[in-house]
Amino acid sequence: MLWEVDIHPAPTEADRAAERLVASARQAGYGEQLNAATARAFLIQGEHLGEDQVQRICDELLCDRVVERAEFAPVGDDRLLATPARLAGDATLVQVLPKPGVMDPVALSTETAIADLGIERPLVRTLNKYWLTGVDAAAAQSVSDRLLANDAIEQSVIGPLSVDHLDAGGAYEFHLQHVKISGLDDDALMRLSKEGQLYLQLAEMQTIQRYFDELGREPTDIELETLAQTWSEHCSHKTLAGRIAYRDENGERTFDNMLKETIFAATLELRERWGADDWCVSIFKDNAGIVRFDEEDNIAFKVETHNHPSALEPYGGANTGLGGVIRDTLGTGLGAKPVCSTDVFCFAPPDVDAADLPPGVLHPRRVMQGVVEGVRDYGNRMGIPTVNGAVYFDERYLGNPLVYCGNAGIIPRDMSFKEPQPGDLAVAIGGRTGRDGIHGATFSSAELTSESEDLSGGAVQIGNAIEEKRVQDVLLAARDRGLYTAVTDCGAGGFSSAVGEMGEEIGAEVWLDKAPLKYEGLSYTEIWISEAQERMVFSVPEAKLAEFQSLCESEGVEAVVIGQFNPTGKLLLKYGEHTVGELPMSLLHDGRPPVVRQASYTPSPVTPLTPPDKANYTADLLAILGSLNVASKEWVIRQYDHEVQGGSVVKPLVGVRSDGPGDAAVVRPKLTSRRGMVIGCGMNPRYGDLDTGRMAASAIDEAVRNCVAVGADPKLIAVLDNFCWGDCEKPETLGSLVRAAITCHDLSLQLETPFVSGKDSLNNEFSYEADGQKQTIAIPPSLLISAMGQIDDVEKSVTMDLKQAGSALYLVGATRDELGGSHFAQVNDLEGGAAPTVDGPAARDTFIALHQAINSGLVRACHDLSEGGLAVAAAEMAFAGELGAQIDLSAVPFVGDGDSAAARLFSESNTRFLCEVAPENEAAFSEALGGRAAKVGVVTDSQELTIESGGAAVIKSPLGELKAAWQSPLAW
Amino acid sequence: MAAPKALILRSPGTNCDVESAHAFELAGATTESLHIRRLLEQPDRVDDFQILCLPGGFSYGDDISAGRVLGNEVRLHLADACRRFKDAGKLVLGICNGFQVLMKTGLLDIDDDQGPQATLTLNDSGHYEARWVRAAAVPGQCVFLQGLSDLDLPIAHAEGKFVARDQDAFDALQAAGRLVIRYTEPCGASPATYPANPNGSVGDVAGICDTTGRVFGLMPHPERFVDRTQHPRWTRGGVEEGAGLKIFENAVGYFR
Repeated sequence: MLWEVDIHPAPTEADRAAERLVASARQAGYGEQLNAATARAFLIQGEHLGEDQVQRICDELLCDRVVERAEFAPVGDDRLLATPARLAGDATLVQVLPKPGVMDPVALSTETAIADLGIERPLVRTLNKYWLTGVDAAAAQSVSDRLLANDAIEQSVIGPLSVDHLDAGGAYEFHLQHVKISGLDDDALMRLSKEGQLYLQLAEMQTIQRYFDELGREPTDIELETLAQTWSEHCSHKTLAGRIAYRDENGERTFDNMLKETIFAATLELRERWGADDWCVSIFKDNAGIVRFDEEDNIAFKVETHNHPSALEPYGGANTGLGGVIRDTLGTGLGAKPVCSTDVFCFAPPDVDAADLPPGVLHPRRVMQGVVEGVRDYGNRMGIPTVNGAVYFDERYLGNPLVYCGNAGIIPRDMSFKEPQPGDLAVAIGGRTGRDGIHGATFSSAELTSESEDLSGGAVQIGNAIEEKRVQDVLLAARDRGLYTAVTDCGAGGFSSAVGEMGEEIGAEVWLDKAPLKYEGLSYTEIWISEAQERMVFSVPEAKLAEFQSLCESEGVEAVVIGQFNPTGKLLLKYGEHTVGELPMSLLHDGRPPVVRQASYTPSPVTPLTPPDKANYTADLLAILGSLNVASKEWVIRQYDHEVQGGSVVKPLVGVRSDGPGDAAVVRPKLTSRRGMVIGCGMNPRYGDLDTGRMAASAIDEAVRNCVAVGADPKLIAVLDNFCWGDCEKPETLGSLVRAAITCHDLSLQLETPFVSGKDSLNNEFSYEADGQKQTIAIPPSLLISAMGQIDDVEKSVTMDLKQAGSALYLVGATRDELGGSHFAQVNDLEGGAAPTVDGPAARDTFIALHQAINSGLVRACHDLSEGGLAVAAAEMAFAGELGAQIDLSAVPFVGDGDSAAARLFSESNTRFLCEVAPENEAAFSEALGGRAAKVGVVTDSQELTIESGGAAVIKSPLGELKAAWQSPLAW
Repeated sequence: MAAPKALILRSPGTNCDVESAHAFELAGATTESLHIRRLLEQPDRVDDFQILCLPGGFSYGDDISAGRVLGNEVRLHLADACRRFKDAGKLVLGICNGFQVLMKTGLLDIDDDQGPQATLTLNDSGHYEARWVRAAAVPGQCVFLQGLSDLDLPIAHAEGKFVARDQDAFDALQAAGRLVIRYTEPCGASPATYPANPNGSVGDVAGICDTTGRVFGLMPHPERFVDRTQHPRWTRGGVEEGAGLKIFENAVGYFR
């Protein structure tokens, strides 16, 4: 019997979901006539399920009778289709339900909870129902497509459902598949690569062809897939960790492994320089980078991207992006405990006209809402505070939004390394394997096109955060009992990459038929490469297996032996008694043919940027405060729990009303200690249009100075790189990346700031056809630098809000004519100019001196100068602290040519801070900064910001107006 | 008497167990975290404790509605053990998700012959929100709030809007002195409007107690304010200690 239960708001209650839908539909131009009613619904199938039982399920489980009303009947009954009385007029019913196989955590919980009532466990699917009035059928379909259902994971039905039963999947019949590769010419090889969604390059396909020719057989499908997963850009980083011939104005340089010879090399050199004082622990080899924290513990940090999935299904993509990076922390060493998360997003401006969107592109507003909700629902449920982040806007993120998710954790010092032992069993725990996420790893190497949604919907998934929380709980308990020798997460490539990586030095045999499945019907290859979420693989000594499994069982986590690490040096894949694949580990991990890629960088000629000479710049300041990159992100931040775990010291929003922009977060990972972790980030895609080297330097400086601004010790800041770039098969695109990597190397050494981990996402280009021509949108070069600092005593932290009238304001650092790529240039439509530089040695000295002053208690408030320069920093400090400020531009130390009021106000020169200092501490502060700071103004109790130049006010505005300009654009 | 023992009840999705245990320990209790599955196997284990704490989080993902699945487990399988616990004069504290669970267990004496008199439902904003609020305690006989008046606490939830079944039900709870903690404006004024009342709760209700004053549930998180550096404005001065700690100290002190 298949029943449907509809849950409606009670007559006394508002239909909030309908209100939200109507608001977004009106915004999207569907007219003021549109109205809606909604219900959430459950399809419940049980062989003997009777009306009394369904009534009980409604009363005791599904319906909250104080605020809801339930309607139930056999599916298809007219009562379920009738327009609710609260909606007048003839309505079109749109029903949206997840496609079969898509994760539906609510349905799973409902099945278990019904069984808990003592009723036979049924099959459940959830759906959402929308009755729409004031639109015709075509418009209803359009509302459904654009606002209600995402074709990548959901199906929508206009009118009645045509289901009469829920499908539990069909049985699988084993059949070993071989793929013909021998004798294929180059074109045929590339066709196989593309049509099989392997996305391998010709030289790689040729290597595979040669290998199997020598063996005298064809590869099986699973062997080909394994090679494609392991050799994918996502898993092997073959471009940046590969051979590159690079050319720029300084000549030519060849790399055997570009990342190793730039960013990684700098860290090695620093570690050598530090000798016994080396505080790095595990660098660029585990799932996250690890550094020392205190006598007992180390801390780990990793930032990942999940761009391609988020472009197709923003909620699921961001959801599983955060879930994935949390598993990176859990899979670092023997398992780190996640302490806090970060998120950085890049979107196209949300006010783009829907009519101007290329085919296959979701509206940026919908992308933004989905991404924010996806991160929210995963992080909050896991109980990991999201403490830091940023949002950037640029038209070129239209087809490729960027979603960076980071996670930091804490791990005992003696558990920071892992090593599977020969003979250990491979045990998979957590979620079951389904057909979700097939080809995610290889798909991320492909350019997105307007057809990507049809082609790769399977690569998109929805997460189940509670499953991952269970895995976390059990993992940390098993770690502390010493029940395993190694752990890693199932990320891209699923079991294929997890087992392949863990068995790299030993060898492994895998019994694919043992893997627990969500439903029947999966082939051995689907099991092997599925990227179903919330799974981790452990190597467990046989003697510990019983205890490990019993611990898992006690917390309701499934743990199944799927193979063994055998000292054979090869990967043997079996399904029952059948061998379905056999590959040497050496071929998987070292067999990829070296490809030399060409990279070139030609510095663009610097064209002068002459700022308009104005008598008053108040309007410019208001425009910059109201520009999307600078504007308040409170709408996002408030949806994230930033305080769970109880360690929050400096929150993302600070000040009198907790709505000013904090520079970096301070978190106590151990509630019994005063030692803190500091998390910040830096990113400046706009500078990359002028010079990707300067962009990289600025991002590093910004990430470090954010941390220093709240009190972090600059000698203990570790950073991560995340390169999101366009198509790096184009020499100039790759060249712009190499240019950035070389700068990272140089500045890392100068600042003594080590890179400890990183990740890249290339091919962020979107192509479509318009007027019969192929059009391509490439993202701007987007390097995110994330920083993890430390503070000895969190009570020494400072925040950016002004504290007291009468204080002095000191500007730390030199201002230059660096308006290129600035927000002043943006709001005035000015091209050219020079992007900001970083003087590495001077920056390090400045950071150390300022830290000394903060640590000595000489600083009441400190804010870093970034987008919008001095004027924006002063405005933000003033309105966050609800105190006025008076600043004299003539006191600003200016270096070099191009001096102007505009440059002093808005230049985005690096390594600068604005500090509030109590009158009694002015002398000590000046001395601590040793000539690097100049007194530029005072804090007043006037509720007004005044900036003067030569005795005349060039900016004068009440704080309320400044704050309103800053808050209004994204006050959704 | 020795330090009272607090049972911190875990379930899949509980995520404030560590800081809740920490708060009880700061207050002088000893604590043990126990998974709901252990308790379902051996309901008698609850008898070893004086305080039962249901911490915050997303029990079972808050699937269906917040606290529903865990609340049903307790109601269906632990009713006897819980009644015994209550009758023995012991204390029960539900924080945030723990409050949502308590509302569905029967332990808060919220049901009359017509069913539940009140519920917690989706915030007026329609989504999860995290922010600090000002709350006014009107302790009455509520053990946990004795000696407290106004305090700052953080909230972090999607389904915290308190709604009574009707005006009669609200008036009855009010008259019985069970609406013991309310949201106020930052200056202390009532009624509170958004965001001071962060979710649209009727009567600004932030927490309620049972008829004995020994079972207490609230949406704000007192365990997140047991140290001065947890306050959002501690860098502005004037924050001496974590005001939320008093709630845990009251519970511990009750057994001294």
